[in-house]
Amino acid sequence: MKAKHQRLVLVVIAFAALIAAGLIFVWASRNQLSYFYYPEEMVSKPPEAGRAVRLGGMVQEGSIKTEPDGVTVTFVVTGKTADTVTVRYRGILPDLFVENSGVIAEGSLDENGVFVATNLLAKHDENYVPKELEGMGTQQAAKIAEETTVGLN
Amino acid sequence: MIAEIGLAALWLAAALAVLQMVSGGFALRSADGAPNPLAIYARPAAVVQAVLAVLAFLMLLWAFAITDLSIKLVATNSHSMKPLIYKLTGTWGNHEGSMLLWVGVLAASGGLLAGFEKRLPERTMGATLAVQGFVALGFYAFLLLSSNPFERLPVPAAEGTGLNPLLQDIGLAIHPPTLYAGYVGLSVAFSLAMGALLTREVNPAFARVMRPWVLGAWVLLTFGITAGSYWAYYELGWGGWWFWDPVENASLMPWLAATALMHSVSVLAARDALRTWTIMLGVLAFSMSMLGTFLVRSGVLTSVHAFAVDPERGAFILGLLGLYIGGAFAIFALRAGAVAEGKRFSATSREGALVFNNVMLSAILAIVLLGTLYPLLTEAFDVRVSVGPPYFNPASAIFAVPMFLVMAVGPLLRWKDDKPARLQFELALIAALLIGSIALVSFFGQFALLPLLGLGLAAALGVAAFLPLRGRNIRRVPVATWGMVLAHFGVAVSLFGMACESAFTQERLAAVAPGGTEQVGDFAVTLESVTPVAGPNWTAIEARLAVSENGGAPVILTPQARNFWSPPQSTSESALLTRWDGQLYAVLGQQAEDGRWQIRVWWKPFVTFIWYGGLLIALGGILSIAGRVRVDVRRRHAAAKGAERRADLEALGAGPVPAAAE
Repeated sequence: MKAKHQRLVLVVIAFAALIAAGLIFVWASRNQLSYFYYPEEMVSKPPEAGRAVRLGGMVQEGSIKTEPDGVTVTFVVTGKTADTVTVRYRGILPDLFVENSGVIAEGSLDENGVFVATNLLAKHDENYVPKELEGMGTQQAAKIAEETTVGLN
Repeated sequence: MIAEIGLAALWLAAALAVLQMVSGGFALRSADGAPNPLAIYARPAAVVQAVLAVLAFLMLLWAFAITDLSIKLVATNSHSMKPLIYKLTGTWGNHEGSMLLWVGVLAASGGLLAGFEKRLPERTMGATLAVQGFVALGFYAFLLLSSNPFERLPVPAAEGTGLNPLLQDIGLAIHPPTLYAGYVGLSVAFSLAMGALLTREVNPAFARVMRPWVLGAWVLLTFGITAGSYWAYYELGWGGWWFWDPVENASLMPWLAATALMHSVSVLAARDALRTWTIMLGVLAFSMSMLGTFLVRSGVLTSVHAFAVDPERGAFILGLLGLYIGGAFAIFALRAGAVAEGKRFSATSREGALVFNNVMLSAILAIVLLGTLYPLLTEAFDVRVSVGPPYFNPASAIFAVPMFLVMAVGPLLRWKDDKPARLQFELALIAALLIGSIALVSFFGQFALLPLLGLGLAAALGVAAFLPLRGRNIRRVPVATWGMVLAHFGVAVSLFGMACESAFTQERLAAVAPGGTEQVGDFAVTLESVTPVAGPNWTAIEARLAVSENGGAPVILTPQARNFWSPPQSTSESALLTRWDGQLYAVLGQQAEDGRWQIRVWWKPFVTFIWYGGLLIALGGILSIAGRVRVDVRRRHAAAKGAERRADLEALGAGPVPAAAE
């Protein structure tokens, strides 16, 4: 192998690995990334059942219900329109998870159109607010979001 | 006065950074042999600047210790009722203070380099110090112009706002300072790389100067990431140890680059190969720590780490990032061709294996980088997407698995050229361990592919790590080699912990009435009572859980739901029961309407091995530094003795004496 060649081979290998990494990313972005939905989007264009997505909206007043096992909770998430999505979550609720407050649910839709959440993100503290809740649209929702998500601006 | 002294020290340090930059730059214009008269100020400037920057940081520390509420930063981030340790650690629990810590460490390491490093040629040293001064200057400007930590309030506050309770933990004393010191160590490596590139002095002598800085930075990063991971694990109460959160990735990326750099600089020092590659990795590693700072400090991400959301600051750091990285890559592109190619080697050699692993590390770095930046890019087009473990785990494993396999064999290969046939026994042993342990584990149950591979690789690597010692006199093995063995074994230990945690974790989530018992793994967990308790700056609801293993004597665990009043915030304090073979992790949730309490308990077998492994890796790095320093001291001693003897012989008039071989 000539002197020049070794450096060239190294560069080619490095580029090949980087391109492979890029291709893996592109391939993964088709099915491994989790997209963010508002309730109205989830109703009009629901993601396929079982696909990991995130849902963000407001917890409807009076909709939080605990099932008899004491750890499974269902509630309704509302958005800018009348469309709503029912969410089921099994686990310990975030400290500031309350009605009329913003929430982001990570999980997937099941066959019956119920969103099964594996994780809930609510207002965590004064400074840490899930970014997507900035987009809450209607006046009332915006007002509530403002009240429940202090320190956004 | 405290604030004024601190601020004055910062301004003076900034002025000295300019002097260091200019004077160091003149060193490049000197002819060989005759130093430029204007170049002699670079070293003293760096040393004095270090003293001033550290002084500024100590002033802020003092202000936090006495809770000087006339300083805006103290008033907005501290509280007089806070325990002293958290007052002190709170100094860097905010944006301005953490940047001052960063600058202080940066200046201190520049001062150390200028004060103690005598091996480099003066021209290279001057160029290095000029680059170091240039980097420091950017951060002084950032501090002084957009995030002044010493700003006074017109009227002193009556009481401070307090510190985010998640940060009121001993973790804050360890995790940020070590990570910062690691980032900054990479900045010295970067300056050295640029200095060597500018003077075309990329050679083994330069690599030996650069190596301790890279090793040191890498040890600190390893330790900082390990500490941060354990902190997140017990503090956040979600039971996970790594979330692929952008902020975590921001610390992982410099680590990956530093790991590659550390191996490549060793090849350069030992074999004079991989010259340009090492320089490129030096630039890349520092770019990644700059990018990490940008992601964490600019407010493009919301997390506990992003203290302040201020677009001006984000733009400033982005500007610095573009300036340094763009400038560095421009110089690299212009000069790389002028660096002579190093020694050659065949594909099946130790160099070959190291290059392969360097490339794999870079590919993993690319995977993490794409996954971290992609959501930020799509957000500009109003597409909101998050990238999580379903992407990161398999995508990084594609490159990590071949990397681990080569890592098992690489240290057994000879430098320059080797025949795989020589290693038949070792190769067979590693393959047998890998396949055997995977087969054994899958015989006992159904597990996902990644944990299975992890267990197999952990077994193979754990044994392979010690194979380089085979057939050698244990007492004569160099300390640095022990360091390598230990660090590679640490990787196996960590991998074992990760795979076990992911494959064998058992979880129980239930609503329990006082007196009720739940079973998880071998443990029976009984809820004895739930009572209110109070701490120095919080109140809490505390559960008493009696945990008994296989019917043995019960141990009491007390998970809490805490409420802090300044700032008002609730946190969940998990309770941990550590056994040699795992941890029991308990969290208390809300009370249901019927009076039962939600309790979540995990049994995580061997989860502690993740962090033991991290500590072993860091310890391996420390041994390696110690070994190199010892060899260096001995060599200097021997060289001094040789020079003495030659001088004696010459004085005796014994004629010309052959010069010392370097």
